[in-house]
Amino acid sequence: MRSRSFETLVAAGLVLIFTTAVLLLTGAPPLEAFSLLVRGSFGSVSKLARVLTVWVPLTLCACGLIYTFRIGLWNIGVEGQVILGAVGTTWALRAGAGHLPPGVLLALAMATGVLLGAGWSLAAGVLRTRGGVNEIFAGLGLNFVAQGVVLWLIFGPWKRPGVASMSGTVPFPPELWLPNFSWGRLSPVALGCAVGALVLTAWLLGRTRVGLFLRAVGGNPRAAHLLGLPPERYLLLAMVMAGGMAGLAGGIQVTAVYHRLIPAISSNYGYLALLVTMLAGFRLGPVAPIALFFAGLNVGSVQLPMALQLDSSLSGVIQGASVLAVLLAHGWGVHRARRQA
Amino acid sequence: MRTLTKTIALIAAAAVLLPAGAGAGTFRFGLLLVGPYNDRGWSQAHYEAGRRIEKEIPGTEMIYIDKVNPADRPGVTIPQLVDDMVEKGCRLIIANSDDMKDGIVEAALEHPDVYFVHVSGDHVLAGNAPKNLSNLMGRMEYAKMMAGFVAALTTRTGKIGYLGPLVNDETRRLAVSSYLGARYAWEHVRKRPASELKFRVNWIGFWFNIPGVTADPTQVAQNFFNSGYDVLVSGIDTTEAVVVAQQKRKEGKEVWAVPYDYAGACEGAGDVCLGVPYFNWFPGYKMLIQAAMAGKWKSQWLWLGPDWKDINDHQTSSVGFLPGPALPAEVRPQLDAFVRDLGSGKLNLFQGPLNYQDGSTFLAAGQTATDQQIWYMKQLLQGMEGQSSAK
Repeated sequence: MRSRSFETLVAAGLVLIFTTAVLLLTGAPPLEAFSLLVRGSFGSVSKLARVLTVWVPLTLCACGLIYTFRIGLWNIGVEGQVILGAVGTTWALRAGAGHLPPGVLLALAMATGVLLGAGWSLAAGVLRTRGGVNEIFAGLGLNFVAQGVVLWLIFGPWKRPGVASMSGTVPFPPELWLPNFSWGRLSPVALGCAVGALVLTAWLLGRTRVGLFLRAVGGNPRAAHLLGLPPERYLLLAMVMAGGMAGLAGGIQVTAVYHRLIPAISSNYGYLALLVTMLAGFRLGPVAPIALFFAGLNVGSVQLPMALQLDSSLSGVIQGASVLAVLLAHGWGVHRARRQA
Repeated sequence: MRTLTKTIALIAAAAVLLPAGAGAGTFRFGLLLVGPYNDRGWSQAHYEAGRRIEKEIPGTEMIYIDKVNPADRPGVTIPQLVDDMVEKGCRLIIANSDDMKDGIVEAALEHPDVYFVHVSGDHVLAGNAPKNLSNLMGRMEYAKMMAGFVAALTTRTGKIGYLGPLVNDETRRLAVSSYLGARYAWEHVRKRPASELKFRVNWIGFWFNIPGVTADPTQVAQNFFNSGYDVLVSGIDTTEAVVVAQQKRKEGKEVWAVPYDYAGACEGAGDVCLGVPYFNWFPGYKMLIQAAMAGKWKSQWLWLGPDWKDINDHQTSSVGFLPGPALPAEVRPQLDAFVRDLGSGKLNLFQGPLNYQDGSTFLAAGQTATDQQIWYMKQLLQGMEGQSSAK
């Protein structure tokens, strides 16, 4: 345990040095830039609300990824699962608007998002179990298809009257928006979903046999099979859990953030969640704080162009550098341990 | 862990207590730009107008953020950015893209004591704008007519290409205006039948290139030049038309281009640039900001035209056309006469008989178009090639 916190410290140091060097190279004052990042993300309650709005889908996706990583699957398709969730939710809202009371419709729409996300993920899973297609390639392919579907819907069947536009479909009426807290742009329902997913995942993986079986199948499918655990079923279960949570994230993007379907509805949160999970060492515990760190960077970095005329892609640099630094520090730790042994 | 929590709490407390607002007497305004501030196109024209306001209206100060679109800034919404700008003391906020129409109304409703300007939108005209929102646009139609005019007088092949962004009322209106200017020059100056003029619009899908999402404007431009179109009129926010035309020049092709949006767009493209129809946002910004500063704000729909005394007057003309270095010398006096006739009202190109692309009547013989008919341009016109609506 001690060596792990040491590795984290080394990694954080590396990221800090690297980012400062980048800032100095671009001629920006590093201290002010860092202070802007902090103030821009946690400097006020409204900013905190915004950070949590990013944290929710990131955490949902990362939670889902824990299942697939546990069984040894690389669910790159998480991005497309977010998109399909958003499509499902939008579809249900469009179909049900005016026919159902808003509260019921919203719940149904979110459920539709979960189902579509899970279905999209299941497709990649079945391709793997039945078609022998590696889930990385299946997922990547399905991501492109999902992006194509969204663009087709926005520019085709769901276009605004007369005008197809990159700004997306016609916004839903306010009664179909998830309500916000009074103190900031954050939906309590969305927050509840993310916290619920964390609790559910902790319970399923820690307290029930599901977690054990997933790990067993991931570690040695053949042995698991001999023990009477059907590997295929657990593989698909992991994919469905991941896809469902990603789909929920997509539904929240529609109902709580954009209030319509836009081409970039997933905001790359799926890919970002992969980084979060890697940085968390594929364990659930660190997911929430790391997702919070990434969300803070994402939100705070908007201050850089506004105050310093700096490009806000610095946040991407820090995120990428963090993952690399942790892998590096971990590799170095392993290497050192081996030499001592 | 405890020290970490303490440190974070301290930083947060310091951040909240630090004053963020503007100094007393300063009028701070915010500018949301859809593209990069230095795109040599639409966004740069806005950015430079804002900088000029800072210089010429004492006591004003601008905060801007560029690349405000979901592709460049995933997860960032207009209401969030507006919250930030209001927090930094902005009392008036300008949103420079059609793309921001939903977000800016949402933000305006949430901040009733801040003024908002939505550029190119029609909320006020359509009667559904909050009191604190105005719309601003330039009557680019005239400058686009001039662009079409010089294009038709320069082309050797009789084929003019139009690099269109996405399809909507505004972009149809501007493509149509270019066509009307071109057709006028073709028929009345070159004395050739309109049927011999080819005018084709190809839409890329957005105001600028988004890899994987829009058609690549560089390729679209190359296709035009490779299939015999020798003058390309740009309708997009960025500079691909002139850049590709220059490449084709280097390969020995005789081609020209007309960029768009930004007065400086011909710089560095002297051998191909026929001129640029551009926006000068300064007069419009000035009117709205001064009204807000003096407490005389009202929700307005401003569609500001050229100053016909001098369409390139930086103080007064909201749209202009700057002839480019590649404009043939003999065309120059013809252009001047054309501008004069447009200005005096002797010439109105939005006059019937004009048909829509599907053959239905846009304007009957002798009828002139109203502002509404021009603003909400429903289709391209008969004689133009290309799609009238997104498929």
